[in-house]
Amino acid sequence: MISSLLSEDLPRSRIVAFTLILLLMAMLAAPVAIGGLTIMSVFVKIAIFVVLVGSFDLLLGYTGMISFAHTMYFGIGAYGTGIALKSMGASWEAIAIGFLAGAFLSFVIAVAVGLFSMRTKTIFFAMITLAVANAFAVLVNQFYTITGGHDGLIFQIPRVLKPAFVIIPRDVFGVPINGTTLSYYAILLICGLLFLLMLRIVNSPFGRVLQAIRENELRAEALGFNVLRHRVVVSCIAAVLACVAGALNALWLRFVGPEVTLDLQVMLDVLLIVVIGGMGTLYGAIIGAGVFVFAETYLQGAIAYIAPMIAEVPVVSVVIHPDRWVFWLGILFVVSVYYFPEGIVGRLRNRAAELANIKK
Amino acid sequence: MDSAPNIADHYPVIETKGLSVSFGGHLAVSDVSCCFEEGTLTAIVGPNGAGKTTYFNLISGQLKSTSGQVFLNGEEITQYPVARRAQCGIGRAFQLTNLFPELSVQENIRLAVQSMAKTRDSFLTLWSSHKDLIVKADHFLELAGLEQYAKANASTLSHGNQRKLEVAILMALEPRVYMFDEPTAGMSVDEVPIVLDLIKRVKSEGNKTILLVEHKLDVIRSLADRIVVLNNGEVVADGDPTTVMASDIVREAYLGRARQDRVGTAK
Repeated sequence: MISSLLSEDLPRSRIVAFTLILLLMAMLAAPVAIGGLTIMSVFVKIAIFVVLVGSFDLLLGYTGMISFAHTMYFGIGAYGTGIALKSMGASWEAIAIGFLAGAFLSFVIAVAVGLFSMRTKTIFFAMITLAVANAFAVLVNQFYTITGGHDGLIFQIPRVLKPAFVIIPRDVFGVPINGTTLSYYAILLICGLLFLLMLRIVNSPFGRVLQAIRENELRAEALGFNVLRHRVVVSCIAAVLACVAGALNALWLRFVGPEVTLDLQVMLDVLLIVVIGGMGTLYGAIIGAGVFVFAETYLQGAIAYIAPMIAEVPVVSVVIHPDRWVFWLGILFVVSVYYFPEGIVGRLRNRAAELANIKK
Repeated sequence: MDSAPNIADHYPVIETKGLSVSFGGHLAVSDVSCCFEEGTLTAIVGPNGAGKTTYFNLISGQLKSTSGQVFLNGEEITQYPVARRAQCGIGRAFQLTNLFPELSVQENIRLAVQSMAKTRDSFLTLWSSHKDLIVKADHFLELAGLEQYAKANASTLSHGNQRKLEVAILMALEPRVYMFDEPTAGMSVDEVPIVLDLIKRVKSEGNKTILLVEHKLDVIRSLADRIVVLNNGEVVADGDPTTVMASDIVREAYLGRARQDRVGTAK
């Protein structure tokens, strides 16, 4: 049952499996056990990143394509939903129309970019995607009457998803169960289902061909697989999945802006998470997103906690300073990429396989 | 094109008409017109740089010809991309081992089986639910004697085993045309017969067209129905093995004067 739900692609490492179960339980329990918007936002961000990074991994880790336009699709989903909610008012139809329009646009752009550039070398495709993503970001800025430009858009969402919609009042569990809790679980559910869908795709006959293309494009072609078509199809799938992640992100934040969607910084975060978690392992998207979001959220706090203890030490106090947290985040990534080039999940899987071999 | 089936039967399986390709003014394959009939094994021989592999690349589509045409059963396929030619039944094994290195040996073969199956693009079913493909892949795995390495990555195999896998992948495609490019190159002496047996097995099916680039004269003698000799991209001899091997032009072109004495020992 679980095996077929996970498409027979199990974590293959006890540590990974244990971490995943722990994370899942924490996610499910958090709104009631801990409560508060901060922890829910952390987990929602992880869940959305799982879909965004996982769909990016379909391209990078499974097919061997480098695309810098992935956050553009994320942005299209977010802006589509946001603009529709802003102009049509807070209704379910607005969400549906906005999202579907975004998904359609993503699909069309993915096909166009794919057909124009995929006959050429990988690096050329990467450059084209970078150019398209950049052009899109500029366009969003230019059409500020619709998109809000730099400032982005703030909009309303249906009442059921808002904190004012109380389901169980605060005095029962000590934490309120309201519209926000509802959207939290809805986002978790959708992201979970999409993750299972991605696992199924990479373990389908189609997904196996993607890996063959990654391994040896010319041989895949010689076996009779239409490499171009497979690449275009997988970039459409990835684009639409990123679009869903964008829509969910917009609904959670009730805001869209270039910095949270289209910015190159988001693209770099996605790249980092894929590499840290492990390319070509979808579980890496979960572990990577978890590590990244936790580090991003709590590293500054952790340093602020240590800082007073070493305030007297001359050089160290300057280096270990709450303002320097991005520097430490960078160090963390350099170290992890250096020591785990195959990513955390890749490394743990290899280790588990070695241990199993020794036992034999 | 004539649609009457009895006439269509008379088309050679593979035909090249005036096939040429040049790289920056150098004619690598020059005006090669050849027919390859069903049920025959043709050895294509020639010195290094004669254009044998290039000619193969023109037939299987890895290279586009500068001029000339390629026909498969009378249908012109000159403009078809590689994948389409493979789907039409032209199967190719490569001189330089050309595998999916980080996929398992079984998966390397299963992908070939999958490519020719109808379910090849399904993306919501599990790969492992298509049992028929796995069974078939295991069959070819066994034929090549690689069953003990089924789960190992292709990159971990020895050179000889990689060559066997290369041949097994081609066999798993079950094409109409088998193109072997030096299948035994670099293999140890005791491994060569395994590959030769595989080729003989294909040949014994009787309805396959086999093209073989090979340097080993004893291999050619034991397998070939016909020899085509290429030199500087041109066909310099074409005929049954005994006549071709005896002709002076072949001794000069293929073997080269300096290698004459080696022919003596091979005989």
